[in-house]
Amino acid sequence: MGKGVAITGMGIISAIGNNVAENYQSLSTNKIGIDRITQITTIHENEIMVGEISGTNSDLENQLKIEADQWSRTVLIGAIAAREALENAGITDVNEFKTGLISGTTVGGMDKSEQYFYDYTDNPKVRQHITGLHAGDSTNKIAKYLGLEKSFVTTISTACSSAANAIMLGARMIKSGQLDRVVVGGTDSLSKFTINGFKTLMILSDTFSTPFDDDRKGLNLGEAAAYLVLESDELVAKKNKKPLAFVKGYGNANDAFHQTASSENGDGAVLAMQKALEVADLKPEEVDYVNAHGTATPNNDLSEGRALIRIFGENVPEFSSTKSFTGHTLAAAGGVEAVYSVLALQHNVIFPNLNFKTPMKEFDLTPVTEKKEKSLHTVLSNSFGFGGNCSTLIFSKNQ
Amino acid sequence: MKNKVYIRSVGSVSAQKTYDNTSFLNKVVTYNETVTRVIDPNYKDFIPPAAARRMAKGIKMSTVSAKNALTEANTEESEVDAIIVGTGLGCIGDSEKFVSDIIDNNEQFLTPTRFIQSSHNTVAGQIALGMGCKGHNFTYVHSSISFESALLDAHMQLMNDEASTILTGGVDELVEHHVSTHRLIGHIKKDPVETMSILDSGSKGAIFSEGSHFFVVSNKKGENAYSELLGIRTFNSLERDEIEKEALSFLKEQEMTSDDIDLLILGYNGDVEFDTYYEALSQESFKNTPKAYFKHLSGEFDTASGFGFWLANKILKHGFVPQVVQLGDSSKEAPQTILIYNQYRGENHSLTLLKKC
Repeated sequence: MGKGVAITGMGIISAIGNNVAENYQSLSTNKIGIDRITQITTIHENEIMVGEISGTNSDLENQLKIEADQWSRTVLIGAIAAREALENAGITDVNEFKTGLISGTTVGGMDKSEQYFYDYTDNPKVRQHITGLHAGDSTNKIAKYLGLEKSFVTTISTACSSAANAIMLGARMIKSGQLDRVVVGGTDSLSKFTINGFKTLMILSDTFSTPFDDDRKGLNLGEAAAYLVLESDELVAKKNKKPLAFVKGYGNANDAFHQTASSENGDGAVLAMQKALEVADLKPEEVDYVNAHGTATPNNDLSEGRALIRIFGENVPEFSSTKSFTGHTLAAAGGVEAVYSVLALQHNVIFPNLNFKTPMKEFDLTPVTEKKEKSLHTVLSNSFGFGGNCSTLIFSKNQ
Repeated sequence: MKNKVYIRSVGSVSAQKTYDNTSFLNKVVTYNETVTRVIDPNYKDFIPPAAARRMAKGIKMSTVSAKNALTEANTEESEVDAIIVGTGLGCIGDSEKFVSDIIDNNEQFLTPTRFIQSSHNTVAGQIALGMGCKGHNFTYVHSSISFESALLDAHMQLMNDEASTILTGGVDELVEHHVSTHRLIGHIKKDPVETMSILDSGSKGAIFSEGSHFFVVSNKKGENAYSELLGIRTFNSLERDEIEKEALSFLKEQEMTSDDIDLLILGYNGDVEFDTYYEALSQESFKNTPKAYFKHLSGEFDTASGFGFWLANKILKHGFVPQVVQLGDSSKEAPQTILIYNQYRGENHSLTLLKKC
């Protein structure tokens, strides 16, 4: 243990852009990706706002040069983002070193499963989607698309902290010498399944989400895929690469409070942040910016805000939730926000928490509401999920 | 210096009467089916009936196997640093019901319970909630290496002193829509096969089943540990002619050769198309190694290798290989070192190495 973990590449597709450059452009110009849903027919279409990726499935299939209706949208967007990450890292032979792929997903191929649920018996032409219901099937397909062979490939599904946990496992495997490099992140497409699931929980906003605002009404669902390439110190030195940033700290803890709600005092979140700071060997005051989980549900933002105060005291660092741009992309969120954290470090900029007007009455916390330039060295990113799952990642500019 | 990792206890609910830790396949239950289900323990002994009614089968089975493992290890719930679960499909029964409710009721009149239980990490979350365990809580969902991914994570944490006691396991439940769709694509055998004849079935597909296997794993040996876990390796793809080479190089990292392996446990499931992977490893270097199999007893499911891991641990502890799992007649008395090889439909291969401690 004790080795450094370098980030040498990243890739993303989200409601605010089809690659890293487009996402950065949108974040810098307040171009949000939240709108009415167009690609899924749902009776809730006039009651919800979502962060949808602009391309249709056939656009994405054409881009990947694969046959129509073979893959779930989760796989399509995952393959696009993972490919960009590898290209960005300058990796041409994916099997050259001990390379792994760890992907987070919650829905996997659910978009196709719900589409063809009753059709499999009579229509053999759609039966390729039967095995797609396995969450791991999405990762296997991405691995094959990348050409990864005889390798460590696995899938993590811990609800909305899945991609953060994939990044954490990847960092640990590099530190312990089990892998030389690893593609880590997550992918989730929109589906009727999640739209209706969150609808029953009554935490979907009928307008633009307003993270950390006293009048917040809930979240906007989104879809995205985002991956980082992590490499060991040895490999970075050997290939003479210049890392984009480093994974400095990580921590996962369980709130052990309720299956879906966070505890009022954010116990799990506090533990996750403490662990991450400990692994990073950093003091709270050394964190320059927090990319918050900030889903804009009444429960999350209160719990997370209290947890931030418990960790940072009166000096909570500047923070924002970029979910106001992308929506809550569930399993992919930790990957999306890892990419944004690295972009923040690279460009020395804090991206704004849009739609914020009124501070919450429970505490005195105001997010950054306009793009702000600031020299950044350390960014902390939170991701929390169902099952009390709380994860924190810390990214740094220097090792 | 890396720590050693010990399997302190086992807990199993399977198609055999394995929930009783005092016995070891004394009486095998035989089937003549294409799908089998677990032999239910008396859930009331473990879960209040009111809570059990709302619980998915996967949660119920896991509550029992996890509690049995904790009890046997004499581990207090407060000593558990992390909970790591592997599951191919999670509580798939609730997922399927939620999907059919969405379609049947045109997205109306839905309630959240089924959606909440559909989350793949429900079992790990529920166990943590029940125990008040605030530690690391991961769920791996990667087909036939879901359990091995969890085990690998636990092994790494214990070796590197990130944790000292971990509850880890694998669970999958068998539900109707999953069965009917997998029949359509021939992944389930068309005709029933008798338990002791699956290797001679001559047909494609497997006997589908379900089960839950949990283990207390620790870097402190304690009393009565079952085994030392030396290593786990997984591969997303492998050709038949590459398996032996990979197995030997995996052993070499432990400074071992095929001669050091006293028992090779193979994931044969009676599918003529894919059992050839096990045959490939049984030639050459491992030709004379005693062999065993287990899926005729457990059935096939994403975390069926949890049963194989349970079997290996029981063999090391009890010091004999039950006749019913022996392949061929070359069994060694009291094996000291066991290698498990598993794969499903030619993908997601795993090698797991254990030795007596």
